This record gives sequence, structure tokens and C-alpha cells, in this order.
Amino acid sequence: MARKKKIENKKMVRIYIMGKEYLVPAGLTIMKAIEYAGYRYIRGAGCRAGFCGACATVYRKLGDYKLYANLACQTTVEDGMYLVQLPFVPANKATYDIEKVKPDENAILQYYPEVARCVSCNTCTKACPQGLEVMDYIQAALRGDIKKTAELSFDCIQCGLCAIRCPAEIAHYHVGQLARRIYGKYMMPKAKHLQERIKEIEAGKFDDEIKKLMKMGVKRLKELYNKREIEGEAVESD
Amino acid sequence: MKLPYYPGCTLKKNAKNFEKAAIVAAKHLGIELVELPRWNCCGAVSSLTSDDVMHHVAAIRNLVRVQQMNDDGILDNEYRLVVLCAMCFNVLKRSNILATSNANMLNTINSFMDTEPDYEGTVEVKHFLEILRDDVGFDAIKSKVINPLKGLKVSAYYGCTLLRPREVGIDDPEAPTIMERLIESLGAEPVDNPYKSLCCGSYHTVGSNKEVVARRAYRIIEGARRNGAEAIITSCPLCAFNLDNRQALTEKLYPGFKRMPILYFTQLMALAFGYESEASFDGNFVDPIPLLEEKGLIGMKVQK
Ligand code: SF4
Ligand code: SF4
Ligand code: FES
Repeated sequence: MARKKKIENKKMVRIYIMGKEYLVPAGLTIMKAIEYAGYRYIRGAGCRAGFCGACATVYRKLGDYKLYANLACQTTVEDGMYLVQLPFVPANKATYDIEKVKPDENAILQYYPEVARCVSCNTCTKACPQGLEVMDYIQAALRGDIKKTAELSFDCIQCGLCAIRCPAEIAHYHVGQLARRIYGKYMMPKAKHLQERIKEIEAGKFDDEIKKLMKMGVKRLKELYNKREIEGEAVESD
Repeated sequence: MKLPYYPGCTLKKNAKNFEKAAIVAAKHLGIELVELPRWNCCGAVSSLTSDDVMHHVAAIRNLVRVQQMNDDGILDNEYRLVVLCAMCFNVLKRSNILATSNANMLNTINSFMDTEPDYEGTVEVKHFLEILRDDVGFDAIKSKVINPLKGLKVSAYYGCTLLRPREVGIDDPEAPTIMERLIESLGAEPVDNPYKSLCCGSYHTVGSNKEVVARRAYRIIEGARRNGAEAIITSCPLCAFNLDNRQALTEKLYPGFKRMPILYFTQLMALAFGYESEASFDGNFVDPIPLLEEKGLIGMKVQK
């Protein structure tokens, strides 16, 4: 039984990295497979956990006309994959002083007028490894809906795959980021409890406790940490 | 009557008053305008090249949304898509005609939009004015008027996109009357204008040719004024901008020129139906309130 499992694990798949053929163990992520094949990442890798957006990859599969886009650290290799890494996507970022941006309907178009070139082809959405409705957030930006642009682009990790595929040459992630900045600064309701807590901190309310913690031994600290009350957990006890 | 409704970008930005007034006016007539979920820009200018397929994708994608609303049970077998902006109307209807009369093109668009259901060619693109004429009827509108706009002389401005090309137009491109009939049904007095379908200058307004537009505005407004008009109504946010906001420049080019209020036809409807605040006159560049006050049309009966 144990032996059979080992053989299964050894199953290899054929992939093509920039056109060159390699046999790599099935089940690896694209990132690990590329390293297995002997390449070393100098750029194009960061968190290795699907958060940083550094590892954009495009690929095709044997006999399939579609061009796929995904994150190398999150995608498993498949037999017959032709792939290449995109460690960097060139895109102009507008320069603005967020203190001076007027949060009105034309704010985004003013800095990224190319948004008006969107032909609604939806290619950006299909390319997004985060599964975001990228076209919809660009369309929201076009009609000046900053809130919607900010909300729909919230999970963007700036991988750039949308921008490299867009026929209208839009740099979506910069557009989304501008919207989120404007939204955060001017439109989102301010969190009252946060401001109150900051005041408390500044007034020194927690100084004594911090001092106590700093003098504590590691063992006692660990104990405390493990016994800490996790917010949200206590609430869910019904 | 529940109808799918396409607003378009401008009605969410510069022409909010157009939409706000339309929604209450429609409601007053028993029409619920249901905004398409997930609509996108119509494309703003339709490509005149028959093999430029890409620029019709945006329009067709919006038509797919109407199909989906029916499939999802939001609408009950209702495929008439209502549009307020004359420009969006023109683009959407034109793309619809192109795609449904050219099987190859529709096929290309459908296979390109592989994440959407196929467009089946079932949608009819309608301007709101057509619904008023053909489905509600001007007599019915007249009977719903709360505050007849007595004594107000209004000229209709059609521009290009409501009338041309002929297969897209909603009325006789040479002698349209649909808006005049609406004016009449609201109790106001329609006034003819020989320049009612002269192009307003369109997108010249964003380039360095703003004067072209200001001069057009002069001809159109003076044409209406000579026949006694006190205000002009339109159905296109771009025409409205060119006739309304550009008057600031017209004034400089033609000393002695006097400003004239430019309204969306829906604002006139909202006013006559007793929705003065929803008529949103604060959104207009040339303030129509003094004129309306002079005519005793401000502070009339209000609908709850
Ligand atoms: S929106 Fe664009 S940049 Fe952001 S995660 Fe999706 S594809 Fe990457
Ligand atoms: S890829 Fe570009 S043109 Fe196509 S829908 Fe996205 S933003 Fe618009
Ligand atoms: S390495 Fe960070 S997302 Fe893949």
C-alpha cells in the first residue's frame, strides 16, 4: 500500500517552459515546477501564498486555443502546459496628491482618461486570478462610481494580468487603487471606535500593561498568548 | 408595466436630473423602469465600419442582460429595452440591427463573448419617447397631468441621434412631431424650430473647436426664439450640454444674446405630473426657475 502511493506520487507530467520541454512531478505548483526544472526566481516570486501578486503566469494547454492566466504559486501544473512567467508588467501610474484629489465623478477619468476606451470585451475579467469582475469595476470607474470601483477591486493583488490582456491598454489595478484611496479618504464612514482607541493609547491607558508584558519571561508570555481571547470566537457560542 | 431600462454613463454623472425626472414621470404613468443589472457603457459612438466587430460587443452585451433578466424571472417575457439618452439609444439600436441582420457578425460576437449566454436577437431597443407615444399614448398622458403647463412656449430639439439614420430613428427624420405632441399633452404650447434637427456640434465640444458648438447653439436657440419659444427640450445629454452649458461661450461670441433654459423632456413631464423637486432643475446650467416662476409653474400641486 505504502509502496503504491510512492509510485503514484512519482507520476510525471510534461510541461514546456518558454518552449523547452521538462518532465516534472505531477501535483507541483507552476512555481515549484519551474524551480524543479532548474530555474531560480530572482523576480516574479514573493509570498508564495497567493497574496502578493508577483508571480503572474500565462499559459496554454495542448490542443486548447485559450490563453490562460494565473498565479504560479497557486496553480498546479498540468500535462502539456506551455508557460511563461511575467515578473513585471509595464503600466503608467498617475501622479496625484491624494490630499488634493477632488472626490467627484470625474476624479478617476481625470487621471486615467483611457478608461473611456474600454470596449467591454471582458478579457480582463477572464484573466484575473482573483476572480474579480474587473470589467465591471472599470465600467463603474467610467461612470464615476468610486464606491463601486473600490468595492469591486478590493481583492486586487496588482498582478497586472488584466492590464497585459486589455485591448484598450488600461492599467486596471492602478485605476482600482486610486478609487480605493479616494473612497478610503473621502467617502468611507470613519470608524469611531478606532479614533477613540487611538485617543486612549495616546493618553497612556495601556502603558502599564505594555511595561508588564515587556518584563515577562518567554514561558509566561507563551502561556498568556495561548490562552488569549480571540475576538469573534466568544460570540459564536450559540 | 415593468420595463428593462438602460441608463448609460452620462445619466449617472452630468445628466442625473434627466434620469431622476424620468423615473418619477414613468412611475406616474404606471411604468416601472428596472435598471439592467451589470450594464456597461454602450460604446458611445458606434463604429460605421461593417467589419469592426469589437466595437459592437459592448452594445450586444447589454442586450444579453435583458435576456438574462427574463431568464432570471425579473421580467416576464419583456424584451423591450427602454433607453433615455438619445445617443445610447442610437448606438444600442444600431448595433442590434447590425448584429441581427448579419448572422456571421452575431456568430463572431457570440463566440467571442464566451462567458455570456448567446445573444438571440430577441431584444427591441426603444427610446422612452416611443413608449410614451405607442404604449401609453398622448391622450393618456394628458389625462394624468396634474399641473398643465399653461402658457409655456416650448420648442423641441431633436438633434441627430433620435432621427438618423432612418432605420434607427423614432420619427420622420425630416418632419418629426413626437416631442411636440408630448409638449402639447403636458398643457404647454409647442413651438416649431427650423433648426430642430440641425446637429449641435456633438463631440466638437471636447476639443479645441468649442466655438463651432457655441455658434450652433446660437442658431438653434435663436431659431426657436424667433417663433416665440421660451425654453427648449431635448433627449440627449450631449445636445443638452452643447445647448445649455455652451451658452456661456455663445454669450461672448454674440453680444446681446440672451440665455434660454434647456430642459430634458422628462423634467417637463415631472413638473406637469406634480414632482417639482424630482424635476431637479438645479442640475441645469441656465436656471429655468425664473421663467417657470414667471409663468406661475413653480410651487404648484405636489405629488406625495
Ligand atoms: S484586477 Fe488585474 S491586477 Fe488585480 S488581481 Fe485581477 S488581474 Fe491582477
Ligand atoms: S480588457 Fe480592457 S477593454 Fe476589455 S473589458 Fe477589460 S478594461 Fe474593457
Ligand atoms: S508569489 Fe505571491 S502571489 Fe504568488
